[in-house]
Amino acid sequence: MKQYIIRRAGYALLSLFLLSLTIFFFVRVTGDPAALLAEPGASPDDIAAIHHQFGLDRPLWVQYWIFMSSLFRGDLGQSFYYQTPVMSLYLSRLPNSLQLAAVAMAFSLLIGIPSGILAAVRVGRFWDSAGKLFALLGLSMPSFWIGLLLILLFSVYLGWLPSSGAGTPLHLIMPAFALGWYFAAAHMRLTRSSMLEVLGSEYIKLARIKGLPESLVIAKHAFKNALIPVLTLAGINLVLMINVAVVVETVFAWPGIGRLLYEGITFRDFPLVQGVVILGGAMIVFVNLAVDVVYAVIDPRIRLER
Amino acid sequence: MTMPAQTIALPPRVVPRRRSRFRLGDVPIFPLFIIGAITFIAIFANQLAPHNPEIGVLAHRFRPPFWQTGGSTQYLLGTDQLGRDVLSRLIFGARISMIVGFTAVIVAGFIGTVLGIASGYLGGWVDQIVMRLTDAWLALPALTFAIFLAAIVGPSMWNIVIILGAVYWTRYARVIRGEVLSLKEREFVRLAIVAGCSRWTIMLRHILPNVLNTAIVLATLMLGVVIVAEASLSFLGVGVPPPKPAWGLMLADGKQGLMVGYWWLTVFPGVCIMLMVLAANLLGDWLRVKLDPQLRQL
Amino acid sequence: MASERPLLELQNLSTHYVSAQGSRVVRAVDEVSLSIGPGETLGIVGESGSGKSTLALTILRILPPAARIVSGKMLFEGEDLLDKSEEEMRRVRGKRIAMILQDPMASLNPLFTIGDQVGEPIRVHEGASRRSAWRRARDLLKAVRIPSPETRVTQYPHEMSGGMRQRIVGAIGISCEPRLLIADEPTTSLDLTIQAQYLNLLAELQREHHLALIFITHNLGIVAKMCDQLAVMYAGRVVESGPVSQIFNNPVHPYTEALLNSIPRMTDSRERLTAIEGQPPDLSALPPGCSFAPRCPQAFRRCLEEAPPQSAPGDGRTARCWLAAPSSETRDSGQVRLVVGSGAI
Repeated sequence: MKQYIIRRAGYALLSLFLLSLTIFFFVRVTGDPAALLAEPGASPDDIAAIHHQFGLDRPLWVQYWIFMSSLFRGDLGQSFYYQTPVMSLYLSRLPNSLQLAAVAMAFSLLIGIPSGILAAVRVGRFWDSAGKLFALLGLSMPSFWIGLLLILLFSVYLGWLPSSGAGTPLHLIMPAFALGWYFAAAHMRLTRSSMLEVLGSEYIKLARIKGLPESLVIAKHAFKNALIPVLTLAGINLVLMINVAVVVETVFAWPGIGRLLYEGITFRDFPLVQGVVILGGAMIVFVNLAVDVVYAVIDPRIRLER
Repeated sequence: MTMPAQTIALPPRVVPRRRSRFRLGDVPIFPLFIIGAITFIAIFANQLAPHNPEIGVLAHRFRPPFWQTGGSTQYLLGTDQLGRDVLSRLIFGARISMIVGFTAVIVAGFIGTVLGIASGYLGGWVDQIVMRLTDAWLALPALTFAIFLAAIVGPSMWNIVIILGAVYWTRYARVIRGEVLSLKEREFVRLAIVAGCSRWTIMLRHILPNVLNTAIVLATLMLGVVIVAEASLSFLGVGVPPPKPAWGLMLADGKQGLMVGYWWLTVFPGVCIMLMVLAANLLGDWLRVKLDPQLRQL
Repeated sequence: MASERPLLELQNLSTHYVSAQGSRVVRAVDEVSLSIGPGETLGIVGESGSGKSTLALTILRILPPAARIVSGKMLFEGEDLLDKSEEEMRRVRGKRIAMILQDPMASLNPLFTIGDQVGEPIRVHEGASRRSAWRRARDLLKAVRIPSPETRVTQYPHEMSGGMRQRIVGAIGISCEPRLLIADEPTTSLDLTIQAQYLNLLAELQREHHLALIFITHNLGIVAKMCDQLAVMYAGRVVESGPVSQIFNNPVHPYTEALLNSIPRMTDSRERLTAIEGQPPDLSALPPGCSFAPRCPQAFRRCLEEAPPQSAPGDGRTARCWLAAPSSETRDSGQVRLVVGSGAI
């Protein structure tokens, strides 16, 4: 298992490197870096200072070096709007996003996995058809629209839930639901097909031949095996979730990094945008690594790999 | 392998895979109908829309749909905050969604397929470069990447198309490359090499037609994703810029009226998006099963 | 035939697969009658598609949803298994009748330890605690001659070799001391060198536990070594059955004869292997007469028209062939030798 983790960590480092390269490339080469990195309404002196600070008239590799060294120091520039370092801004908002993502992911697994298992065990019958319908709708409705509809129903018409902000668990319900709905459908689908595949395997046949009660066959033998691809997908989906969280956080004014990104683009605060994108990408790399480690622990075939 | 005495005349396109027969009962009527209807609406928007989608009458702002009190048949689905007719905006929005959606998918598909074939077939440093590129791209979530790019180059409809194409090509490249790798080992490719075809001929005339199936399935599956991405970008304000009636933009505008219960500004554009995505997903699923069951893991 | 009451007696058992629309019916098991006494070994031989595996699954009533047991009786220790409820049947499986499957790697759940999987039937059927089941598992591994069972018990299936895995599957089979063990091609996926060891192990286990053994295989050599009784299956039917030595020395059914001839022998002077011409029939579209007739070198007209009933040529043997039927029935139908050819050509 150690070798596996080391390999994965190495791969993560490579991804981080490539990420920084990509960001750097796009800013320097496709945009107008001076205009972006200078505050709106900057004087020619300010712009000259920017040129100096970022070395915009020096060769590209020098610029990259400057870029990377400030990244290593944790200096991602200063937000124009907030007049605070991007890094500290990001770190202060990060827990909110993690909280939202965790709840949404938990919701998607709690709904998705049992309904997928139910659909597989009752394949072809009512629960399976209901599940397929749920999956279809869930995968086709954009999450931010679901969020808007939820606000319409629960805040405007029923007045039960607050429509924006954070602070109480009540604030968390609708954003988590809107965010998690799509993934609940995706997880349900995969659980169902994974379960169906497992149920057709030889060891399940043997479990039945042994005379085990059907509940044990499903709950013990089928379940754990069927779960593996689903957890892999869930791990990958965490990444996608952070993507989608941008719009959901905007709809609900949830104070997370997604909303921070939105503020950045609305206020034309480029250092903020760049910083959030870099840190977001880095976070995803770490999340993927963590998922790989969890995966290694669950599956004994990897755990015992020499 | 002995060389033949005379030159082999290779058939213009060798299709090693069985094509499933089309039976009428299998045709997915619902998604095709939806996509057909939306396409029709998009093409004939000028004729179908009752009002100008970009200019409204301020005095008629926030009118509800005709079946509610305060509404009228003049504005069937109500008006928005600038007095613009929602129905007309939806109709012209179909045009935008179709254009952006299809073009972006084609751009991404083109880049991805070309690079996928090159990377898979030529191998070596071409492969390495393309693979590292896709790795770099995939380190960033697509939407975030798109937002980032839009922030740099500024939003406009065609910029969005290019951005979305640039963000999503990696999905194609990976899958096509895998296909090409397995196709490379097949008999008909070896035959072509032996017969002296140049690498370009092989890639163009032998490999390309065989990955077309996969590319088409991928394109349909990506259509839904791209449409939601465009709607999200427009909703955030970095997509198609106002006053163009993109559905995502309508949702952003609609948020203003949401808290006072102007539901029609939110519900209708969302339904349109959902129908489009639903149709694309259903069509994609059907195609995937029909054209190649091996793609089921996508 | 056994003088005591047979342990398992199948009477005219039929299992059909019905397609979803009900249009295609595959007669996987067709009017099969067999019996096996306590401690005996019965071999069931046939090509793939002959229905032998379906027969095994039918006995345990573990069939896919498309399959139906349409007729017949399965008497086990006097009780008809078809009369039992699913819950009662569950208690029979693993405890009174056990089964070994063909592919040991696929039969074992990769995520659970050997000890867990071997001890499981004991926990379920006998209510044993985890600890005592674990101990029993260790003893069972010892009984199937696995070295250092204490360590093996905590390991996972992928850490074992193929031969060891098959022994473990055997250990699972005997864990609750069943009366009958069905082995479905247990040596097919093993190396030749290990096959003999495994067969010896099965024979020993059988003696020690007074097990009846049903051996399903396509390998006549194994039958010769292990079995007392033999049943030959073709297209879902038992075409010949009886004591092994009698059948080997004097086969009645042409299919059996062809099978025996196809085994290459050292003393053979012929240069080519004898194969059986033609292909096994499509089970959903069986010809009206004897299913083997299109390929049979001794077929005559009646064989194509009428399916032969099961007859008893004596000495505890049965055969489904017009050649074995009482003479008055066959002679007058005209013995025209048919040209052998595959019906498909």
